[in-house]
Amino acid sequence: MPENSIHVQSLTKRFGETLALDDVSFDVARGELFGFIGPDGAGKTTLFRILTTLLLADKGICNVEGLDVVKDYRKIRRISGYMPGKFSLYQDLTVEENLKFFATIFGTTIRENYSLVKDIYQQIEPFKNRKAGKLSGGMKQKLALSCAMIHKPEVLFLDEPTTGVDAVSRLEFWQMLNRLKESGITILVSTPYMDEAGQCDRVALMQNGRIMTISTPNEVIRNYPLSLFSVKSGDIYQLLSELRLYPGVHSVYAFGQSAHVSFNDRNIEKEILSDFLKKNHHESVSITPIEATIEDCFMELMNTPAKEKTT
Amino acid sequence: MRRFRGFVVKEFYHIFRDYRTLLILFGMPAIQLMLFGYVLTNEIKDAKIVIYDPSRDVVTRKISDKILSSGYFVLERNLVSVAEIEPAFKQGDVKLALIYEPGFAGKLEKTGKAHIQIIGDASDPNTANMLVNYASGIISNYLVSMNSKKVPLQIIPEVRMMYNGELKGVYMFVPGLMAMLLMLISALMTSLSITKEKELGTMELLLVSPMRPSQIIIGKVFPYVFLAFIDACIILVLGKLVFGMPLLGSVFLLLLESFLYICMALSLGILISNITNSQQVAMMISLVALMLPTILLSGFIFPVENMPGIMQVLCHLMPPKYYIIIIKSIMLQGNGIEYVWNETLILIGFTALFLALSIKKFKVRLA
Repeated sequence: MPENSIHVQSLTKRFGETLALDDVSFDVARGELFGFIGPDGAGKTTLFRILTTLLLADKGICNVEGLDVVKDYRKIRRISGYMPGKFSLYQDLTVEENLKFFATIFGTTIRENYSLVKDIYQQIEPFKNRKAGKLSGGMKQKLALSCAMIHKPEVLFLDEPTTGVDAVSRLEFWQMLNRLKESGITILVSTPYMDEAGQCDRVALMQNGRIMTISTPNEVIRNYPLSLFSVKSGDIYQLLSELRLYPGVHSVYAFGQSAHVSFNDRNIEKEILSDFLKKNHHESVSITPIEATIEDCFMELMNTPAKEKTT
Repeated sequence: MRRFRGFVVKEFYHIFRDYRTLLILFGMPAIQLMLFGYVLTNEIKDAKIVIYDPSRDVVTRKISDKILSSGYFVLERNLVSVAEIEPAFKQGDVKLALIYEPGFAGKLEKTGKAHIQIIGDASDPNTANMLVNYASGIISNYLVSMNSKKVPLQIIPEVRMMYNGELKGVYMFVPGLMAMLLMLISALMTSLSITKEKELGTMELLLVSPMRPSQIIIGKVFPYVFLAFIDACIILVLGKLVFGMPLLGSVFLLLLESFLYICMALSLGILISNITNSQQVAMMISLVALMLPTILLSGFIFPVENMPGIMQVLCHLMPPKYYIIIIKSIMLQGNGIEYVWNETLILIGFTALFLALSIKKFKVRLA
């Protein structure tokens, strides 16, 4: 048995002029919950399709459980579970019929592997005679996950499973994944939601077909090189533009009702900043030094290569 | 095998839960058959005529009686002047006018010659042509019976229409309809059901499963073989019970040939779904590229022999044409396989060709 569950090296995929994946390399250990985080168009779905043998890469090595995605695609299809980004179950079949169908085509039965999906499926079992098309977003995801797991896969690929699902169901979904992980299954998840990064063992931040960094969520935050403040005031728009003029400011982003301001200099006095803003007629200014979130890190990483080019 | 069965069961769920599919599957054969049988008929019954008969003698009355008792014509009214003819046509319903010359019987007696004018409403040329032919046929028949004693030399053609003595349209359109509907159900339905999986993204899931492509395809088409077969039987039974379509040959052979034709249409449907990704395109291709040629070029409505050369070549490329030839031969002439093996081989050839092409085109991946 190979040491890593997934091994990808210098993977490149082009669609016409666009470079969907640009020299992507990473390894995922067995039993790891590995997240790909990035906005739409980052190349997450393409990567998942190559891993699930649905697409061929232009260049690079890609192994799942030591099997080559091109040569051994039939074997990989047997041991992997896949949940596409778009809800792809039969809307005119009931919950139970869908699960039964996917169990059957993988040569198993619901009863045989019920223990595996029990935790998730029990939540939708009261609606087992309802058509899948009539389920709510959260229930659809649970059903799709049950269907992807009913054949006891060794690796699970979940492409944006939480997109279009309410906040409560999203949290529930991640709790389910963490419980699943305990059974030793390798799970790869992609998501556009930065706040979900903390749920993964390790994350890869992706942008424009490239992986910007891979590490544990804590490490990503620890590696944030700047000092960061959350600034609030009555007029957020005015605040953003004035902060950009402040000497020594590295970046300013709007985060909901506050602005995140970063400085290269670690010894910024927040009183001086406060005076500066008050001088510019801002009232009720509050400045708090904060720990960076994954999103701050993502923004910073996104800007780094561009800055390198200009300087 | 259990996988395959599960797949087929799922396919049947899809079909039986979509009332539109069901309507097309089972409503269409019955509706089409009734339409062609009762509405789109080109036989003539009870056409309205007017008669202008200034002589009113034995002969003209005899001729008029013969014409009116033929079943093809009914008398609208007798005209009193020639001037009424045109208004009669213009009012619409009248299809034919019969005009005798004055002193008809007398002239016939004296000179051996008398004139009848038959005027048809050629705004519908086919009907006019047929009516005029029927009328003149009746008149010359009468003449023959009248003259049989006097004229020494006569050639009388004895016409007999074999296999369809009454020249019934049903005999033509039942086979044509079978060819058309089986093509529609098999090719259109399968191509739609496969492209639907592509559109909904479920094909992605089927592809990443251990199902083989051939299992997916056969599983998808299997229910339609079955349903198309039922449809073939519905048309045959309705054709026989309602329209008196004869079935002289072996029913077994007929069903076997229908099965072959269904397989041909299914493989064509698979081919279509392999080269398209959306239901809409699949539907367009099926309707435009399959339905129209089936109707127009298979000899179903328009005789192939009357078409210009290039079109005739095209007609030979239409699989339904051979199926129509086969079933007509079996049903109307009671022929066995020895008369239709040629066409059967051609159908087998088409099936093999389409299947080979679709297997070559099938993608085990998305792109």
